[in-house]
This record gives sequence, C-alpha cells and structure tokens, in this order.
Amino acid sequence: MTDARLTEDAAAPQPAASSARRRGRSARSGVPQRKVPWTTRLRRDRSLLLMVLPAIVLLAVFAYVPMLGNVIAWQDYSPYQGFLHSPFVGWSNFERVFDNPAFLTAVENTLTITLFQLVFYFPVPIVLALLLNSVMSPRVRTTIQSIVYLPHFFSWVLVVTIFQQIFGGAGLVNQTLRNHGIDHTVSFMTNPDTFLVLITSQAIWKDAGWGIIIFLAALTTVSPELYEASVVDGANRWRRMWHVTLPALRPVIVLLLILRLGDALTVGFEQLILQRDAVGAGVSEVIDTYVYYQGVIYGDWSFAAAAGLVKGVVSLALVLGANKLAHVFGEAGVYQRA
Amino acid sequence: MSGTSPEISTEVAVLPQDLVAEGTGGRPQRPRRPRRNKYRPVWEEQPSVAGQVTKFVVLAVVVLAVLFPLWTVVVTSLSTTQESIRAGGLVVVPGDLTFRAYAQILSGGVVTRAALVSVGITLVGTVISVAVSVLAAYGLSRPGSFAHRPILFVFLITMFFGAGMIPTYLLVSSLNLIDTYWALILPGAVSAFNVLILRNFFMGIDAAILDAARMDGAGDWRVLLRIVLPMSKAVVAVVALFYGVGYWNAFFNAMLYINDNTKWPLQLVLRSYVLQGVTLPGSGTGQVDVGSGAVTGMPVKMAVMILAIVPILVVYPFVQRHFTKGVIFGAVKG
Repeated sequence: MTDARLTEDAAAPQPAASSARRRGRSARSGVPQRKVPWTTRLRRDRSLLLMVLPAIVLLAVFAYVPMLGNVIAWQDYSPYQGFLHSPFVGWSNFERVFDNPAFLTAVENTLTITLFQLVFYFPVPIVLALLLNSVMSPRVRTTIQSIVYLPHFFSWVLVVTIFQQIFGGAGLVNQTLRNHGIDHTVSFMTNPDTFLVLITSQAIWKDAGWGIIIFLAALTTVSPELYEASVVDGANRWRRMWHVTLPALRPVIVLLLILRLGDALTVGFEQLILQRDAVGAGVSEVIDTYVYYQGVIYGDWSFAAAAGLVKGVVSLALVLGANKLAHVFGEAGVYQRA
Repeated sequence: MSGTSPEISTEVAVLPQDLVAEGTGGRPQRPRRPRRNKYRPVWEEQPSVAGQVTKFVVLAVVVLAVLFPLWTVVVTSLSTTQESIRAGGLVVVPGDLTFRAYAQILSGGVVTRAALVSVGITLVGTVISVAVSVLAAYGLSRPGSFAHRPILFVFLITMFFGAGMIPTYLLVSSLNLIDTYWALILPGAVSAFNVLILRNFFMGIDAAILDAARMDGAGDWRVLLRIVLPMSKAVVAVVALFYGVGYWNAFFNAMLYINDNTKWPLQLVLRSYVLQGVTLPGSGTGQVDVGSGAVTGMPVKMAVMILAIVPILVVYPFVQRHFTKGVIFGAVKG
C-alpha cells in the first residue's frame, strides 16, 4: 500500500507478497477486508496514526479530561482541596439545582427563547433563499449573497454594539427622534418586555443571511427538468414552489430542525451575557449564563457543575432523540455526516 | 403542449407573431414585448410587475439592513468630534472627514495593544488549528486504515457532548494557563466539525491519484503535502477562515481566562470601552478636548469597531467565493 509496505513485502516470497499487497490496497480503497492482521495494519498506518495524534492529545486534555472533571458535581468542591480531595456528597448538588427557582427560571427563559426563535428566526433563511433563488442575474445574486453572509463573521460584541448604536438610549433612532423634536426616548436595549424581539432581530441580522447558504446549495441540486415537466403539466409559479422546490428543501429543513432541537438548551450564550446587565437577569438568564455566574462569579463550583452537567446530558438526549425522530420520518438525520 | 395551460399558450404565442411581423416587413415597428431576461428559462412565465417590485423592495431592504449600520459606523469613525456632536452621535451624511480617530487609537495605548494581541492569537491559533485539523482529517480519511472508526468516534463525541464550562475552567486554571494566551488558543484548538469538513473533502479525492502517488513511492506524509493539500486549497481556506474568525471574534474565553486587562484582546476592549462605555486608562480616548480639534468620543469608539471588522473584510473576499462550492453543504450532507 504505502511505500513502506511495498518494500517490506519485497522480502517475502513473491506470490504471497503480491496477494498481501492486493489485499492491503483493496482494504484502503474502501472494500472492507479483515484478512490483514492488525499488527500489519498498525505498522502500515503508523504515519496516519501519528497525524491524528496531536488532535487526539488536544481533545483528550481539553475535552475528555473536563468531562471527567464533572465528578465535582457529586462533590463539595473547593479549589484548595482539588477534585482529588474534595469530599463526595452524593446527589445533593443536583437536588439543590432542581429545587432552585433561579435555575428553573433560567430553563424557562432558555426554552422560551428557543421556541420564539424557532417560529420567527428559523423560516427567515428559507424565505430569503427562495427569494434569492428567483433572482435571475448571477451577478446580482452573488453580490447580494456576499453582502448578507458578511455579518455572520462579525463577533457578538460587534453585533450587540451596532444594535446599541442604532437602537440604544443614545442611539441613532432616539437621536433622530430628538432631532425631530420628539423628546421620548425609546429604549429597545434595556426593555425586558421586548428582549425576545431584540435578541431574535440580532440573531436574524447576524446569521439569517449565512443560513441561506445551505438552502441555496440544496436548490441547485433540483433538476430543471422537474420544473419543465411541472410547467407542461400546467403548474404556475406557486405550485412549482410547493410541489418541486419545497420538497427538495425538505431534507435540509428536517436536518436543521433536528440540529436546532438538539441545541434547544443552547441559546446565544455570548449574545446574552453581553446584554444581561442592560436588561436584567429576569429575562436574559439562560442555563449557560446561570452556570457561569454560579460557578465563576459566585464560586459555587459543584453546584454550577451539576447544573451544567444536567444541561449537557439533556442536550445529548435531545440530539439522539431528534435523530431517532428523523429516521422515523424517513430522513437521513445527522449521523450520516460522518 | 399547446393548450395545457392558458398561461403558457399566451406566452408562447408572442414569439411567432413577433417573427411574422418582422418577416413580412409590413411595418418596421416591432410589436412590443417584454424584454426577456437572458437568464430566465424559456418555460418560465414573465413575472408580474407587482411581484418584481415586491422582490426588489424586499431584497433592497435586506441589503440596506446589513449595509446601513456599517455605513454610519464608517462615516462616524471618519468624522470629526464636532461633526459627531452636531449630528447628535452617529453621523449618517459625511461632512468633515478625518483619519484622526484612527491615528489616535493606533498610536499606542490600550487599543493598539489589544489589536496586536488579537492579531497574534488569531495568527498563532489559526496555524495550530489548521495544521492539527488537516493532519487529523487526512489521518482519518483513508478507508480501512487502522482503528479509524473508534478514533472518529472520539471526535464525534465531542460534537454531541460538551464537558461544560466549569470543569473546563477548572482544568485551564489547574494547568496554570490563566492569564496566558495559550488559554485562548488550546481549549478550542480542534473543532471536530472542521475536521469532518476536511475529512469529507479528502475522502472525495479520487483514490486512483493517491494510489498512483504511492506506486511512485510517496509515503502518507508526502501524499498529504504534495497531492492532497494542493488539491484542497479551497476547503482549507474556508476552514482556516472559520478558525481565524473564531479566534478573532472570541471574547468570552478572554473574559474567563484573562484577568489582567493589559492582556485583553480587541473584542474585550471593544466590549468594555464601546459597549459598556468604560473609559480606558492611558489610552487618551477619555479626554474630551474639543477645542484643539482632537477626535474623541463617538468617532474613536466607531474607529475601534471598524478596527474589529477590518481583518474580516480583508480576508473575506478571498474565501467567500469558495463558500458555495459545496464545502459547507458537503460537510452536512456528507
């Protein structure tokens, strides 16, 4: 297979070497072959394994060690004792988490935001993609695309700051109102009642444009013959969209819905922590910000780790459940990714 | 075909009439018909005027919604303080233009240092991340290689189950990485998602090419460097952009791990100075010196914002054209 193997085989009797080489090659060319002994494969693939090693080390240290570090959720952790010497306290941290009204508020806020954005954010990229797809001139289309993708690459600090400059108490909107003699300050950035609308607008401004990319890609896979055939059958613009375009988008829509469902407990952490002070914890506290404040700010490490672990486990269950659901509906789901 | 749909038949009927009118030469004046868009498929009906107008208006609003805020930020950053005060804050219509705000923030001090910190972290971090990810992706991309399934699983798990903020923070702090720049690079250096994007692309490369290289005696390292990487410039560029933008834009990890505010990256300075309105010590940006014409306040703040955007705008055009080339879609569809 590799040069190393070819030279090693050369020492062996000729027929055996050629058959081994053939097996080796077919094994690496995708046809599963179990005949090659694992020691041979290990030697053959040692450079491949060496390539994976740095990433594995990084993941082991910074992803898997912290996973084990979650033991502090069952401890009364103190930084001075470390997790090796802190006393175990059973499930009491989890009991405290579930008895805590602030945590339950955070869960409620998280789910409210997820649901609200599912209704008001999720369809926006689909509509935009359909609209953009109907633009005929390729030059106009790619220009618009490059413009609407752009905010996706801005940081949340920047996006929130831009919104503050436009809609804040001293922002452009109020500035314009004042210049026209209307002395009534509208505070979009600090009003808890409109907070959902605010963060959803920010999310749309930042990411909806980027969201269309996947739908546009799906649209390019639709065969024009389908449209021609439907025209021959007398389908007008709207019926073509309903019977040809949308069914073509369905797998992508289902996939993204699943991903969103799996991420139901994760809502724009950076976005929210930036605005928590301005609007108050009452509406902006979500699970992640709660964990951050309880742990890093107030030093209740074990309690925060327990809350974070609850979120992690529930999220995992949601992803697996959603994927199962997709298979039930006959869609590919997420795992085919790998 | 004719008569299946009233819409179609009227559409088609225009064309022969047209030809006849010209062919017979009875009248030099051509019957007026709507100009067909050359990109419009022949079977598609002409859109209604109302539909066209609606489409144009919606798209114009979308584009303006993105560009207008950027426009006012740029114009304000280029305005004098007086201009900004006269406008009441943000400047929409450019008046007196000056680069003094930029000169001020780039003449040393907090913002300059923060920008350099961000540039350094982004460059070092992106190089590490891309190198590690490309290696891992190639190492996992050869079908039937030793233990690639379990190793792949090790990557996949990190996509579905995160360790959580608290244990990660405690780990970073017990490794004595607090207040070091490594704390901003190492914990997020490998993204399983990006590895999968790369792996997916590498797997799509024609195996015959790689086999041919191996027949000529190239080992896996040489195949990766000489064959695979040159063929994968686009996908590597996109992944590098993802990593680079991630490093450049990150602020929360710095909020967690960097207590020493002289080590802050630009995003954190942007947050405290522009968003929260904290006066920066030693930056000179807090002094209001309208009399001498020094630029203070709003223009300086907006210049800091532009500073945070510029690197993205510089890289974006080079990478943007690769977005639609199946890179992202391929990763998800796989």
